[in-house]
Amino acid sequence: MADSVLARIEEARRTGNWRAFAEWIPYVRYLGLEVEVGEQELVTLMRFAPHLVGNASLPALHGGTLGALLESAAIFQLLREAESAFIPKTITITVDYLRPARPVDTRARAIVTRQGRRVANVRAEAWQEDRDRPVALAFGHFLVTT
Amino acid sequence: MSIFGPDADKAAILERINRTFCSMVPHNESLGLTMTDYDEGAAVIRLPYSTRLVGNPDTGVLHGGAITALLDATCGAAVFMKLMSPIPIATLDLRIDYLKPATPSQDVFARAECFKLARNVAFARAIAYQTAGDPIATAAATFMISTPGKTAMAPIGGDGSKATDG
Repeated sequence: MADSVLARIEEARRTGNWRAFAEWIPYVRYLGLEVEVGEQELVTLMRFAPHLVGNASLPALHGGTLGALLESAAIFQLLREAESAFIPKTITITVDYLRPARPVDTRARAIVTRQGRRVANVRAEAWQEDRDRPVALAFGHFLVTT
Repeated sequence: MSIFGPDADKAAILERINRTFCSMVPHNESLGLTMTDYDEGAAVIRLPYSTRLVGNPDTGVLHGGAITALLDATCGAAVFMKLMSPIPIATLDLRIDYLKPATPSQDVFARAECFKLARNVAFARAIAYQTAGDPIATAAATFMISTPGKTAMAPIGGDGSKATDG
């Protein structure tokens, strides 16, 4: 049972099919996240769906969904780069909300700023139409060992 | 103590708040969030366990994102319980410390307190737990308070309406 995560991580590292790995996670399916695999980076797409709305009168995406998107992007990037045999555990994450997140598709990417033996520091940014105008930023520490 | 007056029925008020909370905030409704208690500048919200929200299928542990949404919503709700009016607010930042994984199959609660309401900015803290006194995550959040003249209706106990800073 516990080998299931490791087997899937190893398969994704071997095949590069992080999309399939992501789809295996129920919450990722719930949010509607899809991993787009690029040469240099993974981009995590959160397709707009009505259940992601946090303010119906504006409308705007719920801050929690943006936080979850950024956290997921960080974890996918870490899984791709690190040797970790399990899903990295978030120790702390800080999300800065920069501008309105409209009810449209949102993407995020992450950069591992420091890979330590036990802890990795990751920065992530989320944007909508214009990649140069991020709607939210995050930075966090993740535990990559047991 | 009731902030709605000595005669106000807390259960009836909670029911009213929860109706708004869900109809105005679809994501709160989707997660099944319910406010279970409040006080002046404070709110308690329950996130029911759901297999849809699992982050690791091997263990059944909830994804951190669901906890993030719960803590964001609860901090925002505490600010509204301090403001006591539907003034739009916008989350500036939210920091979450994960102390330990949530136990599978159990609901998660968050209690938030808005401990400072300044002219432009509100400060809130929250603790997520499954058993009282045994926190699984803590949060600190700041919110911009909308300037007078804005009429956009913000949800009572909302998520902090990200799009009200324009």
